[in-house]
Amino acid sequence: MDFSLNDIQQMMQDSAAKFIQNDYDFETRRGLSNSPAGYSEDNWKLFAELGWLALPIKEPYGGLDGDLVDTMVLQQEFGKGLLVEPYYATVLLGANLIQKQANDAQKLELLEQVVAGELKLALAHSEAQAAFDVSQTKTRAEKQGDQYVLNGHKAVVLGAESADYLLVPARTSGAVGDAEGITLFLIDPKSAGVQLRGYATNDGLRAADVGLTEVTVPASSILGQADSAAPAIELVLNEAIVALGAEAVGIMEKLLAATSEYIKTRQQFDQPISRFQVLQHRLADMFMETEQAKSMVYFAAMEVAKGGPEASRVASMLKVKIGSAGRLVGQQAVQLHGGMGITDELDVGHFFKRLTCINNQLGSRDYHLQSLINKAAAG
Amino acid sequence: MNVDFTNEELAFREEVREFFKHKFPAAVKDKQEKGIYLTKNDHIVWQKALYDQGWAGINWPVEHGGTGWSATQKYIFATEAAEAKSPRIIPFGLAMVAPVIYTYGSEEQKARFLPDILATNVWWCQGYSEPNAGSDLASVKTKAVRDGDSYIVSGTKTWTTLGQHADWIFCLVRTDDSGRKQQGISFLLIDMKTPGVSVTPIITIDGTHEVNEVHFDDVRVPANNLIGEEGKGWTYAKVLLTHERTGIARVAESKARLNSIKKMIDEAAARGEDLNSNAVFMARLLEIEVELKALEYTELRVLSSVSTGKAPGPESSILKIKGSEMIQMLDELVLEIAGIYALPFVPEQYTEGFDGESIGPLFAAKAAPTYYNDRKVSIYGGTNEIQKNIIAKQVLGL
Repeated sequence: MDFSLNDIQQMMQDSAAKFIQNDYDFETRRGLSNSPAGYSEDNWKLFAELGWLALPIKEPYGGLDGDLVDTMVLQQEFGKGLLVEPYYATVLLGANLIQKQANDAQKLELLEQVVAGELKLALAHSEAQAAFDVSQTKTRAEKQGDQYVLNGHKAVVLGAESADYLLVPARTSGAVGDAEGITLFLIDPKSAGVQLRGYATNDGLRAADVGLTEVTVPASSILGQADSAAPAIELVLNEAIVALGAEAVGIMEKLLAATSEYIKTRQQFDQPISRFQVLQHRLADMFMETEQAKSMVYFAAMEVAKGGPEASRVASMLKVKIGSAGRLVGQQAVQLHGGMGITDELDVGHFFKRLTCINNQLGSRDYHLQSLINKAAAG
Repeated sequence: MNVDFTNEELAFREEVREFFKHKFPAAVKDKQEKGIYLTKNDHIVWQKALYDQGWAGINWPVEHGGTGWSATQKYIFATEAAEAKSPRIIPFGLAMVAPVIYTYGSEEQKARFLPDILATNVWWCQGYSEPNAGSDLASVKTKAVRDGDSYIVSGTKTWTTLGQHADWIFCLVRTDDSGRKQQGISFLLIDMKTPGVSVTPIITIDGTHEVNEVHFDDVRVPANNLIGEEGKGWTYAKVLLTHERTGIARVAESKARLNSIKKMIDEAAARGEDLNSNAVFMARLLEIEVELKALEYTELRVLSSVSTGKAPGPESSILKIKGSEMIQMLDELVLEIAGIYALPFVPEQYTEGFDGESIGPLFAAKAAPTYYNDRKVSIYGGTNEIQKNIIAKQVLGL
């Protein structure tokens, strides 16, 4: 048994921590978040040089062949800086899915560009009723000769505006709820009939709703085989939950440190408020929840990587823990900072906002707890 | 024990419903239904409609223009007002400074200030907290030094809600720092237009400008703006707090909110998002409903003891904590129903003039900002930690 990081992971962690520490303070991040693109192209090039974009990609496509523990290490540090660059959208969702679903020629063509920092992606999987479960997809693609015609609406697609390609799951056969019949299309967002309505998100990222009206694409834009994309998408989303969990743990660690520091400094009733036992216990609760969440992320990073039917159960377990720990740590960090905690000026409120949004991505705590109930009931 | 309405009370309820049907200003009503933020003028128009009806001074004594309503009538009004989605009455004038003025002010001060407060001719704000006096409010340092017929005020107040709209501010100021810190505090009314008063906005994490810092730079304030006796300000503020528990739990508002949440669930089901089949969510919803019913009856017990002339009982201390927790739990439910559509931050959608198509269901646009903003309710007015200290010490004698 060994929970230590290997040399490469240690190096990744150090370089990410150094980047966040030196080049990504909160005001810098605020500036990037408020800029028209919502992130920095220079940083993106730097990420390519540092090998971060190559991390989870297999060696034949120019990658570093990293596993879930490797990306976990990176994501945890990114959480501490509230990173706005579309790493999650492009690398952890987009490239990862291409790797798991596309054919070899497609992988060769697309992944090397991702690694070089020349191609950005967005996974347009979510719909209002299908934030996580891709079998609930209502967007349809009808085959017409050698072409497919897509119609539907995709909700809150992260990184859509900066993406060169959208990865769009659509139903090509079967009925809503069927596991079979989901096909993955690679679509240029500038294609006729694709309408992006972009906006900032509550946690300072960029996303868009994507309308698809009679979008006509050749059969060659299908990634991998038709009708068979659901398992790969499901696996990628399970892995993405590990990434969100790691990011959330980074945020919680940051909030714990900030709150601990604040209550030792803040004077009321002629003493630092950290002298009050009720606040000491609150910090102890935040600490325990953060550690429990971290344990769960470690567990999930190792188990989800094995794939199979157990992977989705483990991912759900992690999302439940991240949801409840994130809520407690986020809310209490704000509460203990008093009014300052809800000001836009202080970073604490922004970490709290990101934790809140993480719970609403890829199915909430309630959603995944219900999923565990369903699985338990099914035996 | 009996909580059924009498025939007179039922008739009163009809009268209140008629008022909301016919006299609730249509433009304000429309914004409330769409969840659009209200302007200063919207609040004034709404409160003047209440005034025209003779209902502005809900808790005021009849001699000063108050309603003279019984506890049950106040309960009925609050319930109907919330169901009609009326705005909250801005409390600073009508519910906070007015009782201090009519209880401790001179006849001259009553005549000078109360009519304009009742008619919402003047907008008030509160100057209590300071950067270093939050939970420890008695540590206020804003100084008021007597100089002939004036006080010279200097210092900074913070978290001043809607201070950007205010004509007047009521402040706790330090007139003496020699003895116990509670003893040197005075209650002073200050015209915001006085030279040396400046307001700096504080933007909160929901992106709104609701609170402010108010700075006093050698502001000359007439001494006849002092309420009651010098050094008694802390007592006045405390007496006011213990007697102003009515409505602090915001039960009527939470009940109306729970009803609208049930509608949101039905609408979500119609879109194919079936929350009814999520047992985890439904269990939480129903637990909240149980808790809200208990809170409603706790509030009724307080109202009833006040109306029979007794001081509010120990149960009144529960109201602020449980009421704020309720608001925050309801926010969490709405956030859950909003799902992925809690993410977009598009404030235009709840700002005056928006008539486009919303991104996702319209209620979802405000789900996260409201959740963020309402973290304040367990912080302001004495944090919930301070409230629990009060229960432990003053109620349980620990």
